[in-house]
Amino acid sequence: MRADLDIIREWISPSTRVLDLGCGDGELLHHLIEQKKVTGYGLEIDHTNITTCISRGVNVIEKNIDEGLATLQDGSFDSVIMTQALQVMNHPDLIVEEMLRIGKECIVTFPNFGHWRARFYLAFRGQMPVSKFLPYTWYNTPNIHFCTFKDFEKLCLDHNIRILNRTVVDNEHRDRWWNHLWPNMLGEIAIYRITR
Amino acid sequence: MPQKIPADSVGYVTPQAIEFTEPLALACGRTLDAYRLMIETYGTLNKEASNAILICHALSGHHHAAGYHEGDTKPGWWDSAIGPGKVIDTNKFFVVALNNLGGCHGSSGPNQTDPATGKPYGPDFPLMTVTDWVESQARLADRLGVHQWAAIIGGSLGGMQALQWAISYPDRLRHCVVIASAAKLSAQNIAFNEVARQAISKDPCFHKGRYYDFNDVPRTGLMLARMVGHITYLSDDGMRDKFGREMKTGKLMFDFNPQFEVESYLQYQGERFSTSFDANTYLLMTKALDYFDPAAEAHHDLSEALAHVQAKFMLVSFTTDWRFSPERSREILDALIDAGKDVSYAEVDAPQGHDAFLLPIPRYMDIFKAYMSRVAADTPDATSSTSNLTESNDAR
Repeated sequence: MRADLDIIREWISPSTRVLDLGCGDGELLHHLIEQKKVTGYGLEIDHTNITTCISRGVNVIEKNIDEGLATLQDGSFDSVIMTQALQVMNHPDLIVEEMLRIGKECIVTFPNFGHWRARFYLAFRGQMPVSKFLPYTWYNTPNIHFCTFKDFEKLCLDHNIRILNRTVVDNEHRDRWWNHLWPNMLGEIAIYRITR
Repeated sequence: MPQKIPADSVGYVTPQAIEFTEPLALACGRTLDAYRLMIETYGTLNKEASNAILICHALSGHHHAAGYHEGDTKPGWWDSAIGPGKVIDTNKFFVVALNNLGGCHGSSGPNQTDPATGKPYGPDFPLMTVTDWVESQARLADRLGVHQWAAIIGGSLGGMQALQWAISYPDRLRHCVVIASAAKLSAQNIAFNEVARQAISKDPCFHKGRYYDFNDVPRTGLMLARMVGHITYLSDDGMRDKFGREMKTGKLMFDFNPQFEVESYLQYQGERFSTSFDANTYLLMTKALDYFDPAAEAHHDLSEALAHVQAKFMLVSFTTDWRFSPERSREILDALIDAGKDVSYAEVDAPQGHDAFLLPIPRYMDIFKAYMSRVAADTPDATSSTSNLTESNDAR
């Protein structure tokens, strides 16, 4: 399992109700159902992922998250998770607000655009960073709202969002000690646990 | 009959008539003292009776869901989905299809003889509700020795029956597959049904529903009803693709005979239907559609109505279906989520409108197959059902 998912797993209490926004092939939910007896649903838009979720017995709902989550009740989930999808949302701030409305707490992971390699790329090549991890060019990328750790923390401050935990992993999703020395420079993937 | 029976067909099938003598109390307040259900079964019931699947039919469906009747060129109405190796795999499952009460294909209904009078029931056959059908199907399950269905599957009006099963008998099904359906009809949907009913009942050949006595059939009314219905089962795009403004006659004729392809298609479909379907059944089926509203008994709160449901749900809708639109499926979805039930939902992009639910659209079949693999995995001792399949085909 990816290290960011491994960290998230630790933050989920057994037998709780979980909503996974952009659940992919259902790996995390499947694991949480098996190991932690959680109940819940994944929202997904990719057809292949949806079929995979159904095959492995994960409740999956075909839904474009950008259309909003208005039909989900306030506080109806213990945890709302969004891994590596914040940057593809049309309105990341609104989606975070919606997550906090629906869930008692939320877990968000996203690529840190403040990582030294991205800074180096832009500073010396003068072009938008392209890497193995983020292979798209600026005109065809689904990642339309990149941010850094600092940017995300400013969003939390501006919107009165409380940060319960934060951590970083590298782009192989490994948890390395040096990532924590200077997270905004050295961490590649940010993992935040937030609440209202 | 077809040149050669395809390898993935259940082959030749013979319907069975099952008689019930225990009176059935109906929602309308009346009672059916005795009744008959026509059924077909495909595959073999395993020793544990754990691999049974019930197929609920829609407005004009019946018990002949798969395989061929002797002398027929076309297979049953859902042959694309039911058969050995198909989505509803008869190598794994024992599949039961029936003609609902009030139908016109041999089950007790308006066109059948009322034992009390020796004449067809006609308009005296009681109005049926989805709940009544579920009661009669539960008795069929008892008769077949099925305590708990592996899954109940239905599209449109059939989906309503599957949903009602999960509410009425929470512990008698493990999975509920509701396709292109709704928890209640919209005003627009009821309106279309009313046009159909008016077309039938205003036909002079209808004779207040006693047309059997006059050796007559309200053919024009049935034809109009079906034409209206048919338009609502297709989508605007689908009709454009299928017919466009193509003309049979090649040029404008300046008369009122059918000239556009779409006109002659609808007339053909309507006429064919009017010779094969019973007018009283059409009235009854549309009324059952209109009346269905399980939330009405739960303070109009669907999630409250679903509070005791135990089955896992799979919901499917189709993007261009405007008769049973994705919004209607999402109402069921939202209520199930509110009630904390297991549910998956897919919205299949297909141009065929409501008709899509009967068609082997690749993505629809992929999802359906994936879900049925879960149904099989949740079937206790699923392996023992694979034996004796050919034998049972011969036995039928």
